[in-house]
Amino acid sequence: MRITRPMSSLLRTVALLASCTLLITGCGTGDSNVVTGNREGILHYGNGAEPQGLDPHVVTGVPENHLIRALFEGLTVKNPITLEPEPGVAERWDISDDGTVITFYLNPEARWSNGDQVTADDYVWSWERALHPNTGNLYAYMLYPLVNAEAFAKGEIDDFAEVGVKALDPTTLEVTLNAPTPYFIQLMDHYSTFAVHPETLLQFGEMTDRFTPWTRVGNIVSNGAFELEEWAINRHIKMRKSEHYWDKDNVSLNGVVFYPTENEVSEERMFRVEQLHRTEGVPLEKVPAYRDLDDSPYMQEVYLGTYYYLLNTEAPPVDKVNVRRALSLAIDRDQLTRTVMQSVVTPAYSITPPGTLGYQPPKLFDFDPEQARALLAEAGYPNGDGWPGIEIIYNTNEAHRKIAVAIQQMWKKHLNIDVTLANQEWKVYLNSVSQRDFQVARRGWIGDYVDPNNFLDLFITGGGNNNTGFANAEYDDMILQQAPRAKTQEERFKVFYEAETLLMEQMPIIPIYNYATRHLVHPSVEGMTPNLMDSLNLKYVKLVPDRRLPEGLR
Amino acid sequence: MLRFITGRLLQAVPVIFIVITATFFLVRAAPGGPFDDEKVVLPEVKKALEAQYKLDLPLHEQYLAYLSDLSHGDLGPSFKYPGRSVNEILFSGLPVTAELGLYALLIALIIGTTAGVFASLKPNTAQDYIPMSLAMVGICMPSFLLGPLLVLVFGIYLEWLPISGWGAIPGDKILPSITLGAAYAAYVARLSRAGMLEILSQDYIRTARAKGLSEWQVVIKHALRGGLIPVIAFLGPAFAGLLAGSFVVETIFQIPGLGRFYVQAAFNRDYTMILGTTVFLSTLIVLFNLVSDITAAWLNPRLRAQFSGGER
Repeated sequence: MRITRPMSSLLRTVALLASCTLLITGCGTGDSNVVTGNREGILHYGNGAEPQGLDPHVVTGVPENHLIRALFEGLTVKNPITLEPEPGVAERWDISDDGTVITFYLNPEARWSNGDQVTADDYVWSWERALHPNTGNLYAYMLYPLVNAEAFAKGEIDDFAEVGVKALDPTTLEVTLNAPTPYFIQLMDHYSTFAVHPETLLQFGEMTDRFTPWTRVGNIVSNGAFELEEWAINRHIKMRKSEHYWDKDNVSLNGVVFYPTENEVSEERMFRVEQLHRTEGVPLEKVPAYRDLDDSPYMQEVYLGTYYYLLNTEAPPVDKVNVRRALSLAIDRDQLTRTVMQSVVTPAYSITPPGTLGYQPPKLFDFDPEQARALLAEAGYPNGDGWPGIEIIYNTNEAHRKIAVAIQQMWKKHLNIDVTLANQEWKVYLNSVSQRDFQVARRGWIGDYVDPNNFLDLFITGGGNNNTGFANAEYDDMILQQAPRAKTQEERFKVFYEAETLLMEQMPIIPIYNYATRHLVHPSVEGMTPNLMDSLNLKYVKLVPDRRLPEGLR
Repeated sequence: MLRFITGRLLQAVPVIFIVITATFFLVRAAPGGPFDDEKVVLPEVKKALEAQYKLDLPLHEQYLAYLSDLSHGDLGPSFKYPGRSVNEILFSGLPVTAELGLYALLIALIIGTTAGVFASLKPNTAQDYIPMSLAMVGICMPSFLLGPLLVLVFGIYLEWLPISGWGAIPGDKILPSITLGAAYAAYVARLSRAGMLEILSQDYIRTARAKGLSEWQVVIKHALRGGLIPVIAFLGPAFAGLLAGSFVVETIFQIPGLGRFYVQAAFNRDYTMILGTTVFLSTLIVLFNLVSDITAAWLNPRLRAQFSGGER
């Protein structure tokens, strides 16, 4: 009697799978990444997501930033604690008395990873690429302080020689600015201003090509502390210490492995079994437990960013300034940040985060339900009578929803008004905001450089990121004319303070909280100092073996 | 039989063509585009980007250009990952997702058929109720719950198995395969129970028993072949479903498969990637359905007779 064929194959499979399982489980899991990493000097780094790519003039995003800044180095770097600019490729720089000409003196020892010298000409070539309209660089505006840079980027002039950057000799780069720009030196640590190796790019295509494989393993030439060793899509990116980096003696790590840890919850578990030295985030609901640990690996720091609601100043009823102020005053930010946000973030009463290079924004109001009701009555809605209703839109996300629900309840309780909530898929939400098809919309802004200007120039008339319809000639004048012309930082900050006061009186936005970054960092890691920009220079990181996670974690 | 296969293949062509066309126009009709971002994209930059991706052409020209590229097997460049082609990304993730799907399917088959057959032997007794209740739990329990539970127990408390990755540490493939396979095991259990119950009540089974065969001989030699036909018919769509639906498991276990790209492409409005993954997966679904239909036909003598056209 024959046995039917599917059955015999089924039996074989059972036997095979059972023996495989035994074999595999019998092997055990061996040493964790952290243990082997500490032994070999390799850092295992949770990086949040698979990067779009590694071309500094093409990609944008936080994970990309971490990778690019490990592979490349700018003219300057940031001090990991104070964030003040320090020598990178440029060993020093002079600023002319009127503040419009900056001369960078490049370190003659600065090398590309193929041994070539990093020259001033490389910068001129790279900035032409970064600004060229065909490159499609989203961060081209980082170089707009240069004379004629904006005109070149917009295709109004074709000759790059007219743009304010010149190589005087191989190690001297002269930059001419439209106006004094105190934060320009800082921008040299932003990847969009980094140099790329011209010969390498030209080997794979033209200057402005976006699609060439020049950033692949074996092709890429970079000038930072690390070089690319392996890139397995969605698995990991491995880098090893560069032998050509000018400051290699001060680089302690032998290599770094970056993981695209998209899911915060999985990432936290990987940390607990010591597969990661450092996580990109921490699930909010786990924060209290981590905080309570002795020797906790939890690190939290104020982040240069603000979470706020946009108000469409042309859509009733938020077209009335008193309605806008009433809404803002009726939000109990202390309660909100304590309960919904587990005290991770801090209440915000203005757009600029406090302590941005010593700048303190005005605080014009506090939670005041009584005054909020009075303002609402003045606007024609005493005790919410005659209120036409408003809608808050936000992109689909649990945290945004919780905040919107809390605010909806606060407005109902303190102002007796009805608010509806509408969540929208990410690109639909972006579309609604840019088309200004909303009354109230959730928004966040993370600073690209540490300066109040980065937050306040959002709201100039017709600004691309304004999105509120707010238009005020006096405000524009202060941001665009007075502040750049200020002689001292103190004077400049005074202008910003006045501008921000005006902004908060008109209230086209409702600030809610200032962001915070949160990471888990293994006790064996040293030199990962938290700072306002969450800016990490891996060259300062050291691994100390034989340190383990605290008892309470496993 | 050959006519049946050719007919089905010919049917598949218009189906896939309609999928391509509908997807092409639907993704472009969705609000928001691939270059919309939280920070405003300068108009001159957007123009340059649209020109590079041919988005400045009229819609019908874009469509024809896409079809022309597709006929050469070129799925185009990814919008989200500049410098990588959709082909490259698909083929980097496919082997992993296929391997994961295959293991999950094996687990589903082994656990599912065993449980289903056992249950069918003594219907409406504890031997039936217990595995079938477990199967119901399996169907109801989503993988985003089962996955983390397995990780907590076997990965963190017992420290028996790795909790993430694929092929990096020995044993890291076990938990994801079980997580993905569990729900399918439950379906297979219910299908095989139903199939077996129907067969076991047939006359030829009674004849086999009357001839004095042991219960095991009856089940294995006579009943299984017919009883598992519903399961075989389910396998094709199930494997296609496993390939397209591994997104959650891939995210939980940090697996570098296709699912993550497939789902995120839609959120990113990565037009070429959405089209590429949809075309690819719909082709697979059509093919697997065909294969399971053929297998089911081959296993079922009555259907086979139909195809043979009365040769008996």
